[in-house]
Amino acid sequence: MYPARFEYFAPTTLEEACELLDRFDGEAKVLAGGQSLIPLMKLRFAAPQALVDLNTVAGLDTLAEENGGLHIGALVRHKTCERSELLGARFGTLGAAAPQISDPIVRNLGTVCGSLAHADPQGDWGSVMLAVGADLEARSSAGTRTIPIEELFQGPFTTSLQENEVITGLRVRDPGPKAAGTYLKLERKVGDYATVGAAIHVSFDNGTVGRAGIALTGVGPANLKATAAEDALAGRELDDDAIVEAARLAAEAAEPQDDVRGSAEYKRSVARVFVERGLRAAAEGRSDG
Amino acid sequence: MADTAIEPMAARTTRAVSVTVNGEAHAAEVEPRLLLVHFLRQTLGLTGTHSGCDTTHCGACTVLLDGVPVKSCTVLAVQADGREIMTVEGLQQGAELHPIQVAFREEHGLQCGFCTPGMMLTSVALLQENPDPTDEEIRWALSGNICRCTGYQNIVKAVHHAAAAQANEGGS
Repeated sequence: MYPARFEYFAPTTLEEACELLDRFDGEAKVLAGGQSLIPLMKLRFAAPQALVDLNTVAGLDTLAEENGGLHIGALVRHKTCERSELLGARFGTLGAAAPQISDPIVRNLGTVCGSLAHADPQGDWGSVMLAVGADLEARSSAGTRTIPIEELFQGPFTTSLQENEVITGLRVRDPGPKAAGTYLKLERKVGDYATVGAAIHVSFDNGTVGRAGIALTGVGPANLKATAAEDALAGRELDDDAIVEAARLAAEAAEPQDDVRGSAEYKRSVARVFVERGLRAAAEGRSDG
Repeated sequence: MADTAIEPMAARTTRAVSVTVNGEAHAAEVEPRLLLVHFLRQTLGLTGTHSGCDTTHCGACTVLLDGVPVKSCTVLAVQADGREIMTVEGLQQGAELHPIQVAFREEHGLQCGFCTPGMMLTSVALLQENPDPTDEEIRWALSGNICRCTGYQNIVKAVHHAAAAQANEGGS
């Protein structure tokens, strides 16, 4: 399989990249890791006139703590996240998700920001970012703007990113001094989409839940933020009753469909179990921390 | 050049690509849409890299790009410009097989052999980073490479074999 013909550009600055996006007026795509885009082009689901390769732009591969949060540059690979010690403890949700993205070879090239821009409803990072809270930095020749993750996903493979914008990085919000979380994923085999995934994040505040983040993968038309479950936990102690209730609410919020990976009923049940397990892990994280 | 005859006569833009493959410098003019796997197999004639599923799943087309395993069906040849590639042909040094090749032979780490180039290159990268991996670490590292003969037991044994051989070599 070959992609349809396209022009290839390897700009060395973001200005140049943005100019190219302007020039092609919606017909160019940004190439980062290429692990979703190139397969789409080979299958001819995507046939952009031009590719603007970000890999030749310096300075986009930074993964660092920043003002209590994290900065993840546009070229930070899944593998870098998998290996980074920064993604433990308060950022445990990210650390747990990274080694579960696709397979080890794809993780060598694929990027976090690229996954978010791709907006596959089955993508794992979308749920992770919805749970922990993050803001994307989007740049165009008109300037830069911030897109809260809550406003990014508009539907399957559809984001609020403009056609002339490139994601230059994202900032994971400061979860506060005491936080924990995890990502649970059921997959039939390595590299398959999640049958169900659950991203759990809890920021603690004086022994109670300051903010809970719960988001689900594979059980809706996009990554799904279980806001009722999150709200039910706010201000409460993370005890058995609270955990069970939140898990029930999250499962109710799921919109699973029957498919080859399982029945809707089964997936809803897995979602409930995963949220329960994830919250228990977070509760233990608190006692450890 | 092999596929030129069947392409329509549309105007095409090409780009110059310079790569080092198995220690040897190569330069070519390629279409941006040319995939690295086809560049290796058709442009350079290095058919040891196999094209399996063509959909980024099976790992048969794995090569090392600057030492890192990548699925060459999901990388554009133009992206390899200025970089170093190792394919299965680069493992053997003169008449001497690479320890991973010896290990796959000794442990019968292959049946049909289709997945073997990818399995070996992923294993080489693993052992570079982790010279004494556990079963679990080997299986984890190879989880992006599929063996349709399901010969995984012997593949894992082969990686252990190569690890031991390399440790002996380093110690002597």
